[in-house]
Amino acid sequence: MQDGRLGKQFFSGEVICRQGETGEVMFVIQAGIAEVTRKSAGGGEFKLGELSEGAVFGEMSIFTKSPRSATVTAKGDARILTLDKRGFLKRVHEDPSLAFNILETLSRRVQQLDEKVESLQIAITETISNVGDE
Amino acid sequence: MLTMKLELDDGSRIAVIGGGPAGAMFSYFLLTFANRMDMDLKVDIYEPRDFALIGPPGCNMCGGIVSESLIQMLATEGIRLPETVIQRGIDSYVLHTDESSVRINTPLAEQRIATVHRGGGPRDADRLDWGGLDGYLLDLAESIGANVIHDRVSAIERSDTNMIVSTRRNSEEYDLAVGATGANSTAWKLYEKIAEGELHPELTRAYITEVKLGRDKVDEMFGSSLHIFLLNIPNLDFAAIVPKGDYATVALLGGITEDVLDQFFSSESVRNVFPGIENIGEGACHCSPRMNTGAAPVAFADRFVMVGDSGVSRLNKDGIGAAYRTAKAAALTAAFRGISAADFEKGFSPTYDTLANDNGYGKFMFGFVHKARRMKPLMRGIIGMTSREQKSDDLQKKMSMALWDLFTGSAPYRDVFYRMINPSFALRLGYESAKSIIFKPSAKQSE
Repeated sequence: MQDGRLGKQFFSGEVICRQGETGEVMFVIQAGIAEVTRKSAGGGEFKLGELSEGAVFGEMSIFTKSPRSATVTAKGDARILTLDKRGFLKRVHEDPSLAFNILETLSRRVQQLDEKVESLQIAITETISNVGDE
Repeated sequence: MLTMKLELDDGSRIAVIGGGPAGAMFSYFLLTFANRMDMDLKVDIYEPRDFALIGPPGCNMCGGIVSESLIQMLATEGIRLPETVIQRGIDSYVLHTDESSVRINTPLAEQRIATVHRGGGPRDADRLDWGGLDGYLLDLAESIGANVIHDRVSAIERSDTNMIVSTRRNSEEYDLAVGATGANSTAWKLYEKIAEGELHPELTRAYITEVKLGRDKVDEMFGSSLHIFLLNIPNLDFAAIVPKGDYATVALLGGITEDVLDQFFSSESVRNVFPGIENIGEGACHCSPRMNTGAAPVAFADRFVMVGDSGVSRLNKDGIGAAYRTAKAAALTAAFRGISAADFEKGFSPTYDTLANDNGYGKFMFGFVHKARRMKPLMRGIIGMTSREQKSDDLQKKMSMALWDLFTGSAPYRDVFYRMINPSFALRLGYESAKSIIFKPSAKQSE
């Protein structure tokens, strides 16, 4: 028994939240690693990244009321703590500084996305240039 | 006339007197806010104890429960209590009365409450493969720049422009002094000189003992459940058995005397849960810590503020949660508003007053619980209503959540009070109580 742990146990490969589902909670990884994947409109699935201990995820659905944008799966056994939407929003209303950590997480994600878009643009430009040369 | 605004700036010095959860969290949050603003602050935490020591020298004397709401807030802040600190994750509690018991599971069936040791562990601990909560939080404050001075403060005085904090060896000048010495200290006498008023809040004593059983036995007897006892013993508000790694912590709240202890340890309900407790009685480590049941009449002045149990706590529960709230409110005020009495009045008082006022509702609720314990049909109604809710997926879990929040500290007493005076709640309780008069239980039931 893992008595010194909080949250809920997820076994390797178990889905923690699924793309397209309504999100009423967000999550914090207490222990372990989780993999983030997304299905494209064409049906293909691609990996967006991995999350490690302390990472917060699932917060976008709480703020935008939109369905989950990706599927998160336990990679190896993981322990996940759930943060309820109502409790979270009530606490942020009472103490707005609580949202700072989420703001930092979102800012880092935007930064990572910017970097990915930039590297994709470079790759596309190089490919077009190579095709032109040929 | 122009007056100089009292506020922190680059190079400002802050003395935090006491390195328990309130002092450590105040320091952590103040330095976090300062880092965000690129402000260079110097924070000294005066703490004579070493929280890594086992037994009383390293212990801050407390039942050691970190509430669901505090776990959620810390997680949102990005503070994740490590597995070495959490002695056990709690996913349910079992409410015991003289006649019966009922289990109440956490929402979402996950471990949402943590039990912890406050110091290095009880005095008969034979291994140190864990860390206490207080040591962890103090390390956290140190990790972002707080300086811990292992010395006892002997005097605090005001100069024309600053606060002077003295130990027997040294005196230092500070821009702000923060009182975070808890309820088990005589430091109020130090603070009264600078706050110019009566600071001492109303106090009572609890009883806590740590019984060593071994990890397997604790698993087998208590699992991951808190056990709460509402017994008809005069002066006992309520009691709890809190499972930890190798230990079960027994905590009694109310007017605890030898007679109350004898009645509790020999009661059938307690012996059913903890066979042999009547022979074990006290563990090698036991204490009668003071608990703050009121609020200090004055909690701040120019360049001074009291956080945690020194000022106000939550009645009978969640003292660490109250320390978090007051520490953060004081740190927010000091970082973003200022350090004058007027600044603390605007930025800190609302949090302080909310906690103090909520304890008024708490006193009413525990008064009701005192009376209810003597009214068997009402107790049977409470257990019956809870039991029915726990067995049904459709019924709203009104009583279960009210009891959960009342005993675990997951919601303010005010919220619980208003839920309990809701007419539909009262009607259902009345129905269950009336039913128990007609169909009396024949023997002690466990549901």
